[in-house]
Amino acid sequence: MVLSWVWICMVGASVLCALLTGRGEALSRGVVEGASAAVELCVATGGVLCLWSGVMEVMRRGGLARALAGVLRRPLGGLFRAARGDREAMEALSANVSANLLGLGNAATPPGLAAARRLRALAGGTERASDALCMLVVLNTASLQLIPATVAGVRAAAGAAAPFDILPAVWISSAASVAVGILSAKLLARVWPA
Amino acid sequence: MSAALAFSVPLILLCVGGWAMCRGVDVAGALTAGAADGLRVLARILPTLVMLLTGIHMLRASGALDIATRLLAPSLGRVGIPAACAPLVLLRPFSGGGALAVGAELMRTYGADSPVGRTAAVMLGSSETTFYAMGVYFGAAGIVRGRYTLIAALLADVTGFLAAAWSAGWLFSA
Repeated sequence: MVLSWVWICMVGASVLCALLTGRGEALSRGVVEGASAAVELCVATGGVLCLWSGVMEVMRRGGLARALAGVLRRPLGGLFRAARGDREAMEALSANVSANLLGLGNAATPPGLAAARRLRALAGGTERASDALCMLVVLNTASLQLIPATVAGVRAAAGAAAPFDILPAVWISSAASVAVGILSAKLLARVWPA
Repeated sequence: MSAALAFSVPLILLCVGGWAMCRGVDVAGALTAGAADGLRVLARILPTLVMLLTGIHMLRASGALDIATRLLAPSLGRVGIPAACAPLVLLRPFSGGGALAVGAELMRTYGADSPVGRTAAVMLGSSETTFYAMGVYFGAAGIVRGRYTLIAALLADVTGFLAAAWSAGWLFSA
């Protein structure tokens, strides 16, 4: 629904602006160019995206995600105090976070949702989110992914000399964003009644 | 630094492949199965990209994008974000495909290695579709009141965007 509004506003603003500035010709050319640019983008990005999805599947089948989940369990216990003693919740949480770190979006969602349901049950099943559940969602709305392959693919398609040279900048930004997310969730939890 | 980065991705391929072989994984089978998954992801985002890139090209051709950029430039410039990235910042929390379309367009227009192109790429790489993820998680758990979740998530997003603009500036200005 949001997207419908975004799109209608885009088209409406364009038509209005083109009428005022007399750019009708350019506008109708833009329609055709935009639609084919989308297909070109997919073709140009497709190779890297498919390759990386393949590498991620190799990681998953090799058990890397599971190994990482084991390492993460302890630090996550500090973040999710309410769930620390619960084996089921901690397993789902660490599987979710480790898959997110590796960029396994499809593998991250099922344990993430399982963790969300378990956290709700632990909090007594109310319709208000518990602090742990808020933290889980904040973590999943921030980007934990270490290798942003899709973006690198788009960069390669746009002619970047070294598509992956943005990695340090991405890590800095992700770390700052995640840190602020966690910190504000922890602070807000104190002032916002459950 | 740059040599290490240049080798990081090929080395990841080698290490992951070799390690999985040692653990008895059918590497070729897993790689192609995953690649087929990637193809499905592409097929899923293509319709959104067609819709939104058409809209973006229309906005640009009509001159509306230039006007909006010029209006937003002073306030965004003050915090160090290139004005051209404004549409990306606004769309990112709502639509992953839409933000990707805007970002790709910025990289093509300004150049992938330009400050604007780099900032756009870092912004895309360090954020998520906040509203979508929140809807999915709260929906699945049957949560009606998310309390402070949205505030914390949006604070994180804003921090990520600012950090993206700054770090893209520091690391590549030399």
